[in-house]
Amino acid sequence: MKSGSCVEVRIPSELGFEKVGMSTGASMAKLMGFSADRIEDLKTAIAEACINAIEHGNQLNDSLSVYVVLSKNEDALEVKVIDDGAGIIEPPATPDMDRKMLGEEDPRGMGMFLIQALVDEAEWHQGPPGKSFVRLVIRLDKEKE
Amino acid sequence: MQAATKVSERTATAASGSPVTILAFSGDIASTSKDAIMQAYHGLDGSVAKVLLDFTSVDYVNSSGIAIIIQVLLEASKSGGRTIGIFGLSPHFNKVFTMVGVAKYASMSPDEGTALAGL
Repeated sequence: MKSGSCVEVRIPSELGFEKVGMSTGASMAKLMGFSADRIEDLKTAIAEACINAIEHGNQLNDSLSVYVVLSKNEDALEVKVIDDGAGIIEPPATPDMDRKMLGEEDPRGMGMFLIQALVDEAEWHQGPPGKSFVRLVIRLDKEKE
Repeated sequence: MQAATKVSERTATAASGSPVTILAFSGDIASTSKDAIMQAYHGLDGSVAKVLLDFTSVDYVNSSGIAIIIQVLLEASKSGGRTIGIFGLSPHFNKVFTMVGVAKYASMSPDEGTALAGL
């Protein structure tokens, strides 16, 4: 597979379709030689990014699509998940299980935390106009660590 | 598009000799699982003191699904300290559950035998 090879998947804004983006990402990572455990990390990160795009970005509007763009670089796989939302101005706080167990924090709200924890880079961007996206990167050199 | 969540109930005996109720999940554990999981949990007899959640037949869990498990743990804690354990997660989801802090409030075991031995 050449450096610069790119795959784009368009999924409906319906929960469950995140698994299509997730599976495509897993296939590309496998072709690139990532280990099984890194592929599992990537699958969860892509699924959570797609869920955020479907639920929050596109607000479950079935006339809108979520785009998952996978690009192979020299030593990394970059994933962009693009929606029609306004994007995230400030990342939410790290989930606090103790506060959740006291009923002081919503049991949900762990997606962005998981994304950040499971990939090598995670950035949230606003724009181009009318769009926003999250950019995820996993690097092959991390396989050797 | 989510694979429907099914929950089946069975009983077992812990190494300590006390009865244990096992709620075995199959399908996806996602936002759409809430009714199936919470109805099964709410349907347990009030005398049940030890519950194991069996993820052996679950392939996909997302953060919304983990939130439902946290809701179970929260209700167990509020109802007088019912003990909840989890087993059968893949190594990846075992890591994810630990990362978000679930392991602080539920024992995590690789399989049913190990889970029953710890109760």
